[in-house]
Amino acid sequence: MNKLYNKYEKEILGILARYPAEGKRSAVMPLLFLAQRETGYVPTEALSNIAEITGISETDVASIMGFYTLFHAEPAGRYRIQICTDLPCALRGSESYLEQICEKLGVKEGETTADGLFTVEAVKCLAACHRAPMFQLQGDGEIKYYEDQNVEITMQIVEEIRHKVAAEQEA
Amino acid sequence: MKSVRSMVLVSSDPVSMERGAAQVYENLKTEIETLGLSDEISLSMIGDVGRHDALPFVIIYPEATIYGPVKPENAQYLVEEHLYKGRVVPELQASHKELTGKIAWVNARKGTLPAEQRIVLQRVGIIDPENIEEYIINDGYQALGKVLSEMSPRDVIEEVKSSGLRGRGGAGFPTGLKWGFVSGTPAKKKYVICNGDESEPGTFKDRLILEGDPHSIIEAMSIAAYAVGANEGFIYIRGEYLLAQERLKKAIKQAYDYGILGEKIFGSDFNFDIHVHSGAGAYICGEETALIESIEGKRGEPRARPPYPTTHGLWGKPTLVNNVETLANIPAILRNGGKWYRSFGTPSSPGTKVYTILGNVNVTGLIEVPMGITLREVIAIYAKGMKRDVSFKVAQTGGSSGSIIPASLQDTPMDFDSFQNAGVSLGSGALLICDENTCVLDLAKVLQNFFKKESCGKCNPCRIGNERAYQILENISQGTGTMQDLDDLAMISKNLFELSNCGLGQTAGSPIRDILNHYRAEVEAHIRLKVCPSGVCPMSGKRL
Repeated sequence: MNKLYNKYEKEILGILARYPAEGKRSAVMPLLFLAQRETGYVPTEALSNIAEITGISETDVASIMGFYTLFHAEPAGRYRIQICTDLPCALRGSESYLEQICEKLGVKEGETTADGLFTVEAVKCLAACHRAPMFQLQGDGEIKYYEDQNVEITMQIVEEIRHKVAAEQEA
Repeated sequence: MKSVRSMVLVSSDPVSMERGAAQVYENLKTEIETLGLSDEISLSMIGDVGRHDALPFVIIYPEATIYGPVKPENAQYLVEEHLYKGRVVPELQASHKELTGKIAWVNARKGTLPAEQRIVLQRVGIIDPENIEEYIINDGYQALGKVLSEMSPRDVIEEVKSSGLRGRGGAGFPTGLKWGFVSGTPAKKKYVICNGDESEPGTFKDRLILEGDPHSIIEAMSIAAYAVGANEGFIYIRGEYLLAQERLKKAIKQAYDYGILGEKIFGSDFNFDIHVHSGAGAYICGEETALIESIEGKRGEPRARPPYPTTHGLWGKPTLVNNVETLANIPAILRNGGKWYRSFGTPSSPGTKVYTILGNVNVTGLIEVPMGITLREVIAIYAKGMKRDVSFKVAQTGGSSGSIIPASLQDTPMDFDSFQNAGVSLGSGALLICDENTCVLDLAKVLQNFFKKESCGKCNPCRIGNERAYQILENISQGTGTMQDLDDLAMISKNLFELSNCGLGQTAGSPIRDILNHYRAEVEAHIRLKVCPSGVCPMSGKRL
């Protein structure tokens, strides 16, 4: 059918089977997750692929993608450091924590580090309020929570990831 | 099923994992095998129990001995001493200081601490959520068996009605009544949806239920489906809750393997299938019609109501939508009866409520207590008082459906009706407790910023109103506010209530309404005197 379909045929058939025949467009969100699994963003080409599979227009797919914050239209760092700045976290200092992390990484909120590894983002409640400040790390198809953070601990985690990536590249 | 003499649980929340819980588990496993104890001891990783410091911890039942923090190198000694020789290892026990109030439910069993009343959380942190057998041993699927073999759908609905259970998602609508509406429609195809799109700031109860006891949701949905005449269900889980999604998918697969989902369940004529649908980061999808739109593969914008989902829901079919915590009550109600459930809580709000305690208190975390407890009691008993003894000023009960509770209401029983009569609401069960050093304007500003970002943009009052309210609050906090701003805020709040399309827009005006009602003098001080009485606001004189 198309590139996305051929690549994940079995998985896509499984997704489509969850919804009634007349509700095929329900697959659009699971398919968007699939399309960004490897690169962390949805390439333009995938939009037309998804449109074809679900039988809706490409504009519709793009509008749905734009509505939900977990879908990304642009490439970003390999890892997204998403820091919650909602009320419970804010009361435990997450705003200055975010500022300091940005400073240490040499970026502004929303930007990516020069090595292309980390994008720092301020996000809404991640439901780990009792262990604030916290962030979730999105990358390599995973989401991981890091709780009870301070700048030192977080920078250690960042360094560990940098080492891991460097080791991968050498290998 | 093998019979075990001891159950060993290792915590597996993110903090524990960060501190080597996986290695502790592996070492314990190796050691248990080495000593040939595998048949008599069960070892599991458990979810987040909500309240503890000494992580990672290892709990050994039936004694309920709590060890923590346990390091991988402690495993050998621990197994040798406690499990082989039967001696407690005091030097590894979590210190009294760290445990006081932290694992209240474990300690309550030993009679040392204020007991919680756990119905919804009865298994969370006690069973291995990835093992259906542990769920079954702990009364799991008993209610479903009873319902399918002894009760008619009408009996089930009557039982839920008699329990007086009210929706725990924030609105407090009587659950049995809702079930009755869906059951009363003649349609052949109906759906049951579990709303697990928990996104109210400060609320994480549903996450811990889904992660810690996923089978309870499957059982409850099956019972609900039988009662209303549905044969298919969806669990809508926040996109960020990957662990919860994984656990649910595993649990669903196990349930199919055991014949608990699928066709002819327990030999009856009842068929039921469940699918998981992941959200993708949109707060508004917690609103039930937005959630339905989202499952249908559209932007999560709320529908105009009526018609209600109970008659026109998913793909136009009658649909029952219940919150995770609401559903988690169902198996216990059907097992023990509605009358039993009414023995907890207050007459108008029976049962228990799960609260997440946050803010400037000594102990934060998750508790489950009977409806009708007061804020003063929660702070004194479960939160172990205010931090540094600074006095309590204000609480916020979680996101859009919650409100700002001034200290003057701290003796009002926390149940749906008492709170409604006092002009405030229970919200989603977050208790964000703030001390004297908190500026209410700042509090409202952060909340308004949340609504500004999360408004879906469909209707003007919400899209523009929240933006404008935030700007005005920002100006007041910068020292450039005017008295006219207060009238404007009151008007925006009123417009949000009266003109917004959905429940979330309608309640987005509550933070500004509440601070004007309860803390007008403090807000005026920012304007007239250009002073933030709590010393929080920047007062830089910059206008937005």
